[in-house]
Amino acid sequence: MYNFSYHRPNNIDSAIAILRKSEDGKIIAGGQTLIATMKLRLAAPSDLVDLGGIEDLKAIRKGTKTLMVGSMATHTQVTTSSLIQKEIPSLSKLASEIGDQMVRNLGTIGGSVANNDPAADYPAAVLGLGATIVTDTREIHADDFFTGMYETCLKDSEIIKHLVFPIPNRSAYVKFKNPASRYAIVGVMVAEFDNGVRVAVTGAGSGAFRIESLETALTKDFSNTSIAGIKIPTDNLIEDMHASAAYRAHLIQVITQRAVQEAK
Amino acid sequence: MTAMATKCFLNGDLKMPASITVKVNGKEVTEVIKENTLLVDFLRDSLRLTGTHIGCDTAQCGACTVHLDGSPIKSCNILAVQADGAKITTIEGLSTKEGNMHPMQKAFRDHHGLQCGFCTPGMIMSALGILSKSRKPTEAEIREGLEGNLCRCTGYHNIVKAINSGAEAIAKAQE
Repeated sequence: MYNFSYHRPNNIDSAIAILRKSEDGKIIAGGQTLIATMKLRLAAPSDLVDLGGIEDLKAIRKGTKTLMVGSMATHTQVTTSSLIQKEIPSLSKLASEIGDQMVRNLGTIGGSVANNDPAADYPAAVLGLGATIVTDTREIHADDFFTGMYETCLKDSEIIKHLVFPIPNRSAYVKFKNPASRYAIVGVMVAEFDNGVRVAVTGAGSGAFRIESLETALTKDFSNTSIAGIKIPTDNLIEDMHASAAYRAHLIQVITQRAVQEAK
Repeated sequence: MTAMATKCFLNGDLKMPASITVKVNGKEVTEVIKENTLLVDFLRDSLRLTGTHIGCDTAQCGACTVHLDGSPIKSCNILAVQADGAKITTIEGLSTKEGNMHPMQKAFRDHHGLQCGFCTPGMIMSALGILSKSRKPTEAEIREGLEGNLCRCTGYHNIVKAINSGAEAIAKAQE
């Protein structure tokens, strides 16, 4: 790993000031992707700004029909938070299935969402639940946030403060795991709200995406039979050593039905 | 100075090192280290606590597992500076002052939960992580808890048996 200057500010304003001053500064959250990337010398930031010293970013709070999850909340925190378990159980279940216990103890929701790995779990939750990403300067709706593989609309010195998840009537996240990496080959978040159903898929494309045909059918009738006949097009689905595009399309159909059955 | 030389100057050895203070196995230590030092290298090279192993060095095998403020983490995937101010427990911190094995270590020996032993320190630190969530874990919970640890010789069956037995011994001692 190349060397860098390390900073551990205790508030967001100093974190942004350091980022703006640095030649090629990067934010480190839990570091579970970034450290590995730096060890491979695929990233060589001049400065690392560690958000681990900013206590405000770790909080999980209830809002009006929403949950606010701090960007530095670890996967373990999201798994064990009684508030999340009660209000959005699908979100705590999703967090409990990320990587392994060691990764979950350091990895954070903000880091995962900002990294936008095409097979990561959180993007499906953020998109499927229609969350809002709140940064130091603006609020971004999930539908506008993810822009491509490992790409988001975040600017270089922009910091995610927290995510606001609307509380659905019922929801579920089900994933078909790669048995070695535990990343999703296909992961589906289904969430029912008063004004309709959202379905978001991860692992199958260049990033998480919604499927309108499934949403329309489930909004009319929230049951597996309502979507059983819907064919998922293979256009834009990933094809790799783990699964073909046709197999992924089939999995989306099956996993969505399981999620509908499990939704609570 | 060329651009390359400037980069070397900024990113190389001439940079100011960092000072960290951590409590390792109950003992407070302060050391001056390079900022890009991984926690596992700090433990092994600076503190000579070589019970924590480097297996894959890519955060997959779990041989480097230690406890950071009570929770298992992979010490090859975190910078030592990130752990500044934290309490760290390594495999060396489990036995008693007199050198008696921790019940979980004993259970691994009794159930042949190791062959070459390379993964064992990480397995035991993860096992104790499993127990922090569930005092008497089911076999499924034990296997799920070991998802981040790889063993390339015994397979996992005896490791699972050892953790089950270690959990029982610890629960009994606490009664």
